[in-house]
Amino acid sequence: MDTAESSSTSKKIQVHRYKPDDNPDKHFLNEETGLWSWLTTVDHKKIGIMFLSAVTFFFFIGGIMALLVRTELWTPAKTFIEANTYNQIFTLHGAIMVFLFLVPAVPAALGNFILPLQLGAKDVAFPRLNLLSFYLYLTGAFVAVFAILNGGIDTGWTFYTPYSSTTGGAVTTMVFGVFIIGFSSILTGVNFITTIHKMRAPGLTWDKLSLFSWSLYATSIIQILATPVLAITLALLGMERILGIGIFDPAMGGDPVLFQHFFWFYSHPAVYIMIVPGFGVVSEVITTFSRKHIFGYWAIALSSLAIAFISFLVWGHHMFVSGQASLASMVFSFLTFLVGIPTGIKMFNWTATLYKGSIDLKSPLLYIFGFFFLFLVGGLTGIVLASIALDVHLHDTYYVVAHFHFVMVGGMVMALLAGVHYWWPKITGRMYNEIMAKIACGIIFVGFNVTFLPQFVMGSQGMPRRYFNYIEQFQPFHQVSTIGSYILGLGFLMVFYYLVKSLFTGKKATANPWGSRALEWQINTLPPLHNFHHIPVIINGPYDYHKPMEEFQLGLAESTDGHGQESDLEITSDGKEINAE
Amino acid sequence: MDAIRDFLLPPAKSTLAEQHDTLFWFVHGSSLILTIGLIAVLIYFVYKYRRKSEDEVTPLITHNSALEVTWSVIPLVLVLIVFGWGYQVFMNQTVVPDDAYEVNVTAQKWIWQFQYENGARSTGELHIPADRPIKLIMQSNDVIHSFFVPDYRLKQDVVPGRYTEMWFNAPEPGESIIFCTEYCGDGHSDMLGNVIVHEQEEFEDWLAENSGGGSQPEDLAPEEWGEQLAQEYACTTCHSTDGSQMTGPTWQGKFGSEQTLEDGSTVTVDENYIRESILEPSSKIVEGYPDVMNTYQGQLNDDQINAIIEYIKTLK
Repeated sequence: MDTAESSSTSKKIQVHRYKPDDNPDKHFLNEETGLWSWLTTVDHKKIGIMFLSAVTFFFFIGGIMALLVRTELWTPAKTFIEANTYNQIFTLHGAIMVFLFLVPAVPAALGNFILPLQLGAKDVAFPRLNLLSFYLYLTGAFVAVFAILNGGIDTGWTFYTPYSSTTGGAVTTMVFGVFIIGFSSILTGVNFITTIHKMRAPGLTWDKLSLFSWSLYATSIIQILATPVLAITLALLGMERILGIGIFDPAMGGDPVLFQHFFWFYSHPAVYIMIVPGFGVVSEVITTFSRKHIFGYWAIALSSLAIAFISFLVWGHHMFVSGQASLASMVFSFLTFLVGIPTGIKMFNWTATLYKGSIDLKSPLLYIFGFFFLFLVGGLTGIVLASIALDVHLHDTYYVVAHFHFVMVGGMVMALLAGVHYWWPKITGRMYNEIMAKIACGIIFVGFNVTFLPQFVMGSQGMPRRYFNYIEQFQPFHQVSTIGSYILGLGFLMVFYYLVKSLFTGKKATANPWGSRALEWQINTLPPLHNFHHIPVIINGPYDYHKPMEEFQLGLAESTDGHGQESDLEITSDGKEINAE
Repeated sequence: MDAIRDFLLPPAKSTLAEQHDTLFWFVHGSSLILTIGLIAVLIYFVYKYRRKSEDEVTPLITHNSALEVTWSVIPLVLVLIVFGWGYQVFMNQTVVPDDAYEVNVTAQKWIWQFQYENGARSTGELHIPADRPIKLIMQSNDVIHSFFVPDYRLKQDVVPGRYTEMWFNAPEPGESIIFCTEYCGDGHSDMLGNVIVHEQEEFEDWLAENSGGGSQPEDLAPEEWGEQLAQEYACTTCHSTDGSQMTGPTWQGKFGSEQTLEDGSTVTVDENYIRESILEPSSKIVEGYPDVMNTYQGQLNDDQINAIIEYIKTLK
């Protein structure tokens, strides 16, 4: 038993500290079993796992589409599919990856599992709403798949009018699917904000909140404020197609550029819905594997909020050549550059965190370094595109395609993989093959660069995006890119292979294999059904690596109510441990 | 250095392209330095501070205000330079000189059409005089297209229901490719064109020769003229002449044949049906084909339509 005594005041707090169990008899997976327990669960951990499975499934579908697109581009004109099929496939690739994978991937999958654990909470604030969010996602996905099988869509994921209001196919159904998925996203956002405000354990003040939680908080704000605008836009598009009300189609007196304003008012902030949670993962992984206090905690936390705020004011940078006013373009360009600053601040702070750290280059950190390089390239080419004169040349070319893939795949997917590798032991109770993980990370990194670096060159040379056919000058670049995409695909398959294999043959994970100070690692592996056996009392921050590990173990106040200030506590360690039960 | 330039950028063939390129190199150069710098620091840290034992204790370094202000302000200054510079070049690209020579551009699936002051028309080829500001006044007949000339570093969306403008000055005679860069359907990637820059005199000759616009050239038979028109108006983007399957029905062997329509009724392909299909394409859709063709009402005159019909008759 550790005894915490206050020496300066009359208050005396005694705290039992518990070392977490490595392999408890009872945990969230075996306390309630059977298919029905999963389908009706309100446990955030199970919902998180279901989301993780679903987004992985759609990642593979979207990935297959990507490979088909790349294969078709091996030669100019037709390689093996028709132009219309090609157009449908790249539309599906974009729509599936954005709406069914990128948006829910980190918040709904990892966030759901980890957030309540990091807050010391039993669950999210509205567990039933959480389950509803999952079913809305599934319903939306089902409607979208139905649309694909029942006519298809060839509009591109952006659904630009008047093309989308006049083309054939199942645009209305698809749009309805995306509309439903949007509500799933809103519910997750509402849930997380409430949870972060109301469910933090005693002592877990805002300055002890993990940066992953901060990033989810910023993301949730965007989800709640931006997604309804997408819903409105898609509803208007539906009204135009079904009822013939002229809103966007000039043939009916509408304004096609209005659609672009509406669409990007959501879709630009949505870019940050995708990437900001990734930033949170980076902060967690870098501190854990360098055993170092985060550098510039507030700068990183508040820069997420700054990005969330500014992200609402930059949508017009997608429209520099749309015919919008030059003054509007100037203002949007200016504001876009401002987003670069908080993003840059994060990069510098993460680098500074490594200074004098104790760096262990395990696979999650390796993925983060992959993120680092790729996101840096993605971000800096974003600066290029934010400059109006340069964007006039590069807009809608492969340069833009390469840019957002560097940010979304290079940034977000690498961060997601880092997060999955980092929390895998806690989520599944198993360790994956570390050597294979490192090799796969290398393959993905190489494959990614071989795929997308040539696209920058093609783009600045003038190769437009969404082209089925192209002039011969671009063929070598397309072929290199296609080869890269196969390498990339192989890398992802390898990750899938060893992660699934670890479920069956992986070594059992200990409660805290990385020696992290963060709260989610101080509970059993696998976690108990309700996360914590007692309401934890938080004394240290999640990045206080300068303090000994024992101080982070969960405790139970024996006297007073446990709401002690750090300065009041003097913790002595007599090395005696008591199990939680 | 030239090799890198030619590798990354197309030739600069407008007066403003150089301004764009200077900024392009500045941003990419400074980005490269920043990337190499940051990655080098990262690699150095990873090596220098690698974990040597499991009980290592790291120092508590929470922040450093001076450092943080530095790495916020320096990038801020840099991006503000890029912003101001980019905006300045953009204004040069946007503000049209008063003496610009005007050409009207009409985009539709999947052709570019150009109309000149004296009534001359061209399709797919924009003819302009060298060393003179050219202003394009652009509109679309159907969906949004985008007029992109990489050699000029310029792009402008062409939107239905409103006019958009762009201008440029190509100092030397030559040719440059035009791409459509706003996705517009199956023929999007075939919606190409060429800018043909003539010397002033040569341009005036071309203009005078084509002033009639839409009358049959004397040296061509009707069916030959029809073949030329089918190329020019990009009919062949969707309709093959050798029986192969494309977006629309092939023309080979069509004349005089019987076609089943969407509603199950049948129609014989004669002069009237072809004429109707050119002017009101949606009225009788052949079964199994999408309703994507636009009307050519007002674009093809009766003589031209007759010539195309004559051409189709020859495709047996």
